[in-house]
Amino acid sequence: MSGATIIFYLLAALTLVSGLLAVTTRMIFRAAIYLLFSLIGIAGIYFWLQYEFIAAVQIVVYVGGIVVLIIFSIFLTQQAGDELPRQKMGRQLFSALAAFCGLALVMLQLYQHSFVKTNSPAIEPSVANIGNQMLGVDDNGYALPFEVVSILLLAAMIGCIVIALKSKPDKIMNKEQGISNNEVGGV
Amino acid sequence: MTEPGLYHFLFISAALFFIGVYGFFTRRNLVTMLMSVELILNSVNLNFIAFNKYLWPDRLDGVFFTIFIIAIAAAEAAVAIAIIINLYRSHQSIDVENAEELKF
Repeated sequence: MSGATIIFYLLAALTLVSGLLAVTTRMIFRAAIYLLFSLIGIAGIYFWLQYEFIAAVQIVVYVGGIVVLIIFSIFLTQQAGDELPRQKMGRQLFSALAAFCGLALVMLQLYQHSFVKTNSPAIEPSVANIGNQMLGVDDNGYALPFEVVSILLLAAMIGCIVIALKSKPDKIMNKEQGISNNEVGGV
Repeated sequence: MTEPGLYHFLFISAALFFIGVYGFFTRRNLVTMLMSVELILNSVNLNFIAFNKYLWPDRLDGVFFTIFIIAIAAAEAAVAIAIIINLYRSHQSIDVENAEELKF
């Protein structure tokens, strides 16, 4: 057993154990930290597979962006140190049963299926190759999805600002007046 | 313990997916449900990368799908957190049981 194999199993254990803790712990802040370690474990697996660019993107976007955003939202919406209420035993039991049955079904299907590997020579997933194909406009290029995703990100950004914006006091008063007028009309 | 191959990655990916599904079923807090969704999306990414590495190393499509999924997941998380904060402002709680005006 080589060192690389041991590292792979360590990364897999880190990912799965901290993922499991993230969904079972009752302290919400700890759940966010376990999620962080799970995402770092996945980035490590990408490094192990020698997809360095994807690993870097994973760390920058997930660990540096999404987890920080989640931690901020926990601070904004939760009393620090509060434990989540205990869930019903039946719900936990049936969720675990459903998840386990799903996993067993998927793994059964996977082991019965034999995958066919291509024989073409491998190309290196280097940043230069990825960049050339991503912005290419020929048959294999991904320029159109790239532009669509840029529009999506812009829309998401504007949407976030609009949704999270505090409504002004006069607007709230107008709304209340509208409601009371409606009620009067209804009566 | 054997040398890692495609099936090892598929097992990690499937296990992570169903861990996320379990969390999504049991949690009633919107932020923790969002965390479960992130786990599910990550398992999908791992699947794409493993297939790209072991079955089609002559192409880069799995890499592109992964990059786009990461971008869309970031947008989704941002919008979800904006909605959660707005919900907290109007209900003083982010428990899904307390936000049931849209039920039925």
